[in-house]
Amino acid sequence: MGDVIKVSNLTKNFGKIKAVTELSFNVRQGQVYGFLGQNGAGKSTTMRMLLTLIRPDSGDIEIFGQNLNRHRKSILRNTGAIIEKPDLYKYLSGIENLRLFATMSGARVSEKKLMEQLEQVGLAERAHSKVKTYSQGMKQRLGIATALVHDPDLVILDEPTNGLDPQGIADIRKLILHLGREKNKTLLISSHLLSEVEQVADAMLIIDKGKKLVEGKVEDLFDPSETILELRIEEGLTGLEKIKNSSLDAMIQESRNNSIFLKVHQKDVKEILETVLKMDIGLISFNTKHSLEDYFLKLTSGYSYAETSSNRTF
Amino acid sequence: MLKLLRIELFKIFKRPRTYIAFGAIAAIVILIQVALKYDGKSYVDLLLNNLSDSFELSDEYKNKLLNGYLICFVILNTLLIQMPLLVALIAGDSIAGEANMGTLRLSMSRPVSRTQYMTVKFLASVIYTLALLVWMAMLALFGSMLIFGTNDMVVFRSDGIEQMRHFDVLWRYFAAFGYAAVALTTVAALAFLLSVFAENSIGPIIATMSIVIVFTILSEMNIPLYDNTIKPYLFTSHMVAWKGFFYVKADAMGTTINGSIENLPAILKSLSILFIYIIIFFGTALCVFRKKDILT
Repeated sequence: MGDVIKVSNLTKNFGKIKAVTELSFNVRQGQVYGFLGQNGAGKSTTMRMLLTLIRPDSGDIEIFGQNLNRHRKSILRNTGAIIEKPDLYKYLSGIENLRLFATMSGARVSEKKLMEQLEQVGLAERAHSKVKTYSQGMKQRLGIATALVHDPDLVILDEPTNGLDPQGIADIRKLILHLGREKNKTLLISSHLLSEVEQVADAMLIIDKGKKLVEGKVEDLFDPSETILELRIEEGLTGLEKIKNSSLDAMIQESRNNSIFLKVHQKDVKEILETVLKMDIGLISFNTKHSLEDYFLKLTSGYSYAETSSNRTF
Repeated sequence: MLKLLRIELFKIFKRPRTYIAFGAIAAIVILIQVALKYDGKSYVDLLLNNLSDSFELSDEYKNKLLNGYLICFVILNTLLIQMPLLVALIAGDSIAGEANMGTLRLSMSRPVSRTQYMTVKFLASVIYTLALLVWMAMLALFGSMLIFGTNDMVVFRSDGIEQMRHFDVLWRYFAAFGYAAVALTTVAALAFLLSVFAENSIGPIIATMSIVIVFTILSEMNIPLYDNTIKPYLFTSHMVAWKGFFYVKADAMGTTINGSIENLPAILKSLSILFIYIIIFFGTALCVFRKKDILT
């Protein structure tokens, strides 16, 4: 299967601010491609360039094997997108918005099809209500419906779960998987949350300050056998000293706030816990975390999981 | 292109704020008509006051003066000053409003060229302007004709009066409304241009009105230095040239020549200048928008 998106050396500066620098990546047909980075990393700027909203300073974009500048119309006819929050015409109803964007996309969509689209995102009952009466989550879902209304082969979704409640996030995740796995669409999805992307993406790109950090298939990027083991110990005891003086010393990643973080292999967790219990270090609790998140945080912010964990719920 | 135009018109006429302008026009026209219906004679006396030394007019003639044609002329004189604001409300909102709502990025990520999009947006603003004028014509001209009837028309000028036979008036109104459409399209084009630079519609609307007000003041001021240097180039100097359709030629005996216009070349020159302004405003808006990064 060929590349649907081929980006080469893309650069965009806003005055002195370097938004995107020499960025290159490929998205293959049928892939769900995660585009990760902290807020302000350059994800939205890149996506806007893919949709011709922003002109790159240099670099090339090919979509469906065609140059984006020269074949803009035919490419966009087969592309659906939402960038940042999907702002729609608030004084129009949901179905009127959908019809309007279907027409702008050059598609002839029957009323029945429009209703089916709305049903797919759970808005059929509110089809004729004005968008100004919709909740943020409903607007987000209608935005996704407008991106899909003309049945495009490529779908670009910028932070698609923003503003959604847990059920809404789960529904969108399901929809993305349905589009990717069952309908064989190519999806480019951006997020600043790794946990969102890792559950749906086949491959991902992590950028920071407009530059590519890593790109590849999820299983190639990270060793799934590795995990972070957090040991929470009683205050004032010499637990840390005991571990440092043991064979576990080499595994210590961080120690902070009465917690010790060990980088271990999944298969060794049980054995290590047994060792720890025998050492009598005053263990209160333990927890494990995929090393992926630690890797992402280190890449994009320079902080590790351990350093940020005080604010996290395990 | 037609589909896109239909979409734009649908969006304009679905917005409640669009009808504010129609309501405002109806309110002003009806108020003037009611006032003149019940106290029209005083108004005619006031108009004739300055001319009373040189003209002796009978009461019967005065009554004939107060007909639908004169009323429409009075309304046009009043309303065409306010109309730029009503036009700017929509034209100034056309791009900036979309940017403000965030729908501009959604629209521009569709397979629609920026030139197409701008052309359609501008055409929709022009159609809205025409709709306002048609509405105004229906109320001010045909409404007044129904209420006050028709007769010969007299137009008051600073240096005398113009008189037209009743059968020689209606075409002049059509021409005047046509001219007013071009004049208001110039304002729409200015608001449209300013709209490209802004991310909310208040800015372009206020900026358009400020420019129109400043230019109108400059056009009306009697400063010899400006008469041949600035005034001829201000579009506001040419916006009022519609009145020229009601200034007629007279023969050697001083009798009005039916179907004549006193200075048609001057009207055509003003019309050309307005068209040049429209082309410059729209052309600049198009050039700027085609290169613009959509960041909203």
